[in-house]
Amino acid sequence: MTGDPTRPLLMVEHLTQRFGGLVAVSDVSFSARDREITAIIGPNGAGKTTVFNCLTGFYPPTSGRLTVSHCGRSWLLERMEAHRIAGAARVARTFQNVRLFGGMSVLENLIVAQHNKLMKASFFTLAGLFGLPSFRRAEVEAVDKARYWLNRVGLVGVADWQAGNLPYGAQRRLEIARAMCTEPRLLCLDEPAAGLNPRESADLSELLRFIRDQHQIGVLLIEHDMSVVMQISDHVVVLDYGRKISEGPPEQVRLDPAVIAAYLGEEGDG
Amino acid sequence: MEYFLQQLINGLTLGAIYGLIAIGYTMVYGIIGMINFAHGEIYMIGAFVSVISFLVLGAAGITWVPLAVAVVLVVSMLFTAVYGWTIERIAYRPLRGSTRLAPLISAIGMSIFLQNYVQLVQGARVKALPPVISDVIVIMVREDGFKVSISYLQILIILLTFALMVGFTQIILRTSLGRAQRACEQDMKMASLLGVDVDKTISQTFVMGAALAGVAGVMVTMYYGVIDFYIGFLAGIKAFTAAVLGGIGSLPGAMLGGLTIGMIEAFWSAYFSVEYKDVAAFAILVLVLIFRPTGLLGRPEIEKV
Repeated sequence: MTGDPTRPLLMVEHLTQRFGGLVAVSDVSFSARDREITAIIGPNGAGKTTVFNCLTGFYPPTSGRLTVSHCGRSWLLERMEAHRIAGAARVARTFQNVRLFGGMSVLENLIVAQHNKLMKASFFTLAGLFGLPSFRRAEVEAVDKARYWLNRVGLVGVADWQAGNLPYGAQRRLEIARAMCTEPRLLCLDEPAAGLNPRESADLSELLRFIRDQHQIGVLLIEHDMSVVMQISDHVVVLDYGRKISEGPPEQVRLDPAVIAAYLGEEGDG
Repeated sequence: MEYFLQQLINGLTLGAIYGLIAIGYTMVYGIIGMINFAHGEIYMIGAFVSVISFLVLGAAGITWVPLAVAVVLVVSMLFTAVYGWTIERIAYRPLRGSTRLAPLISAIGMSIFLQNYVQLVQGARVKALPPVISDVIVIMVREDGFKVSISYLQILIILLTFALMVGFTQIILRTSLGRAQRACEQDMKMASLLGVDVDKTISQTFVMGAALAGVAGVMVTMYYGVIDFYIGFLAGIKAFTAAVLGGIGSLPGAMLGGLTIGMIEAFWSAYFSVEYKDVAAFAILVLVLIFRPTGLLGRPEIEKV
């Protein structure tokens, strides 16, 4: 299943987001392709998370257009409710500060992510209540998918733990697994490497490559860890003070004087 | 001893009814953190619907009691479910995202509106229903002739409540609807980002709670035989007390709280004075709130990261 070859998976056109007098994002345009990892980088307060929030329906953008296209169809994200963005346009995201359902088990976190499929299979709960075979089958499938991802992120052993009791690195991985359980076409990750040790970030890079290559979806990544960004991204967008200052393949971006001045300049190139 | 046993049975019955109403409070509070003060009125409407349906069934000649009771239960649940859905849709949903106080005021308004609406269309006079199930089982007899008895109706109320409790716990724990409800309870925004339709889930919660209140309405009609448009107020407050007592947000807590309030009322009426039974029930509430603010089974508030 590939997207419409003529249109990129995600097109952001002239996105502007104002909060009162503050312009968080100003006239930003970029696109992200299927089967590519697109990184958004920039100093703190550059508007990266705001872009994500517009994409996932936290607030409607002040102006601009956000189009997701796959399977020959397009969705205008700025006009959709949050649950349709996940369910129909198939955009999933994770958060900078992990947002798991801490009171539910690890496995349940992954099954909630398959809610829509299960609701349909259970005739909106009736079949589930009486344990009808169609619902049982859907449940088994949901658990299989959850196990697949638990296996992938190395959490099989703790499937029955309360998600809130997991160590931090494991919570991060679980959040990615949960996002993948919604079967997204575009996965948005907000600083997935934050707070991870070098070993864990290497595993993360591996996981993201696997998601891109084996599941053939687009990944949009906000990241501060330059080693991760340079290693795995196919395309980099640089924001500063809400504006796009550079865009291109990583090798090109890291040499861009504007980027060095704004961001890499102080620290060298990582 | 015999007297104690009799009061235990009465308290259990009353407590089951309170518990059923309390579940509605606790579920709604759990998911949107709001006290639905119109919930007592839903129960009152359930009671009215049951009287009307019993009369209609009687007029239609359906007098086989199990069938009549089953039909009335289903009809009342349907009606109260529709009321619950409508109330959420018109009085609470538009206020979602505003201050915490706004839906609370709206709920109180809804409660007053429903009371007056029923008073207008059904009249202010007390409605009576002849006993539908009146057989009793005498368990034991004291020397002076005092009989300890449990009526078929009490058995029905206790068993039905127990069955509904088990069924609802299963829904919450095992079905995808229940999982979505628990997810919304913890982080509504995140649930919607995973494709859960939060508005729909909240509506379903209201519908479930209202249907249970409808069952409680049918039970109270059959148990006491008299209802009026005002019964929702006190029963609502008592059930709310029960929910807080058990730990608001907790399903078994609501049931435990309901049983506790029912017992306190029954025993207080038996050994002290009937007039002060409400004082006893609410005094317990005050004590619990002072010494155990999260209620009997409530979890302490979990800090969100």
